[in-house]
Amino acid sequence: MAVKLPIYMDNHATTAVDPRVLEAMLPYFTEIYGNAASRTHVFGRQAEEAVDLARHQIAQAIGATTDKEVVFTSGATESDNLAIKGAAHMLRDKGDHLITLATEHKAVLDSFSALEREGFRVTYLPVDTLGIVSMEALAAAITPQTLLVAIMAVNNEIGVVQPLAEIGQLCHERGVLFFCDAAQAVGKIPLDVEAMHIDLLAMSAHKMYGPKGIGALYVRRKNPRVRLEPILHGGGHERGLRSGTLAVPMIVAMGKAAELARLELHDESQRLLALRNRLWTGLKSRLDHIYLNGHEDFRTPGNLNVSFAYVEGESMLMGIADIAVSSGSACTSASLEPSYVLKALGVGDELAHTSIRFGIGRFNTEEEIDYTIERVVEVANRLRDMSPLWEMVQEGIDLSTVSWSGH
Amino acid sequence: MAYSDKVLDHYNQPRNVGSLSKDDPNVGTGVVGAPECGDVMKLQIKVNAQGVIEDARFKTFGCGSAIASSSLATEWVKGKTVAEAATLRNTDIVQELNLPPIKIHCSVLAEDAIRAALADYKAKQDAATKSEV
Ligand SMILES: Cc1ncc(COP(=O)(O)O)c(C=O)c1O
Repeated sequence: MAVKLPIYMDNHATTAVDPRVLEAMLPYFTEIYGNAASRTHVFGRQAEEAVDLARHQIAQAIGATTDKEVVFTSGATESDNLAIKGAAHMLRDKGDHLITLATEHKAVLDSFSALEREGFRVTYLPVDTLGIVSMEALAAAITPQTLLVAIMAVNNEIGVVQPLAEIGQLCHERGVLFFCDAAQAVGKIPLDVEAMHIDLLAMSAHKMYGPKGIGALYVRRKNPRVRLEPILHGGGHERGLRSGTLAVPMIVAMGKAAELARLELHDESQRLLALRNRLWTGLKSRLDHIYLNGHEDFRTPGNLNVSFAYVEGESMLMGIADIAVSSGSACTSASLEPSYVLKALGVGDELAHTSIRFGIGRFNTEEEIDYTIERVVEVANRLRDMSPLWEMVQEGIDLSTVSWSGH
Repeated sequence: MAYSDKVLDHYNQPRNVGSLSKDDPNVGTGVVGAPECGDVMKLQIKVNAQGVIEDARFKTFGCGSAIASSSLATEWVKGKTVAEAATLRNTDIVQELNLPPIKIHCSVLAEDAIRAALADYKAKQDAATKSEV
């Protein structure tokens, strides 16, 4: 069977809306279009009921005790900002120290930079060569002044999963809040805010087959009760935590997406893992000098991040133009710096420039994987034939001994 | 990022990919860039007795624009005299390939590669004349 081109395999960047999700949200544009805050009439009450159901579906997906713990936002960026700044500002009389991870998403890192400019102190914990935080380093970093620990569930570049239950346990024992950016985790790995002692958890619908522009923040209500200073002030929606008329169709969609994520997590994980293994085995059996970035086992099933030595990432993307993936190469970013995540793992710049992130998702097929293997192998070989580095390596030259001119 | 048709053309059908013998006294080799920076270009020229570049080859590790810049550079230097080749400027490459601002460094690297190849050729010739004396 011929595969349909182009192939989308960039499911960390965003996902397609699942047709079942789209179907669920559509009536809320033209039929049940009331304002969820309009309790006085049926249009409003129906909208509110739909929002209540979505809140429940999301709470269930993450093991929250009560639906009220789910606050709707515009996405994980806003949830990250609200959790980090909201907690720091609320607790500023209790301390001035915060802890996070070097490999966090920019929405987290930049929120911390903003707090640093206000006088807070931030510890950026390193990760090991596989991308995992050291529990000893975390334990040592927590002081009586520490207010919050922010560690993501799943990394967006390398798919690495952090030991959430251990982190939560430690934070709980030491009396600091644990915020977890789970944008890449919902529907990918089992999540349970109770078992994992997570106090705040950020989610985004468009990473789990829902629409862009809607997200949520889980805010623990008991043991401990977490209080946040809001960022958006206004009509007092979402118990004052996030003012603004609720985006009912989007919320309905996110609820449906969360429900599907919960119900299909097990089967989908198995399927994606088989596809990922097929891709990795296929590439490894046909290409030398390729390296997996990040932990092989502690990672989401759909993620494969590989460095193809001596093949610059953007030139690879150009060669496989009918397959949508992404690269940690500097050439694909505005900053001309290669991926800071790979750097944090100790991956050298020369290998970071050759990294490709495959994000396999719900709608990818075995045929697409096979086609991808063929194309990537073909292009990698073609580009290596064109690569002066490959030539030197074939001649037996150790590239680390060459004095490069740089520029 | 949208690539210009000319960049795509050079990327898909690179001109003069390959290597000439480094040890040939009439071959000048330039290797510029660094793997950590994400681009390395090797450009070689072969000069005949009349001082005309009769052949040129390249190999490039780098993005599509870097590949296109070096491919174009080999095309341009072929048939030129050594003196003429030295007058090629990166801005000519930028214009021909319609490179966006963030890809200008690719053209700079290609100009550097031509210069390095010319310098290597000249050094070899100087060494040869010296040993004749
Ligand atoms: C880990 C992580 N956090 C936050 C975000 C931002 O999410 P959103 O696009 O919903 O603002 C993303 C998505 O790029 C992400 O991968």
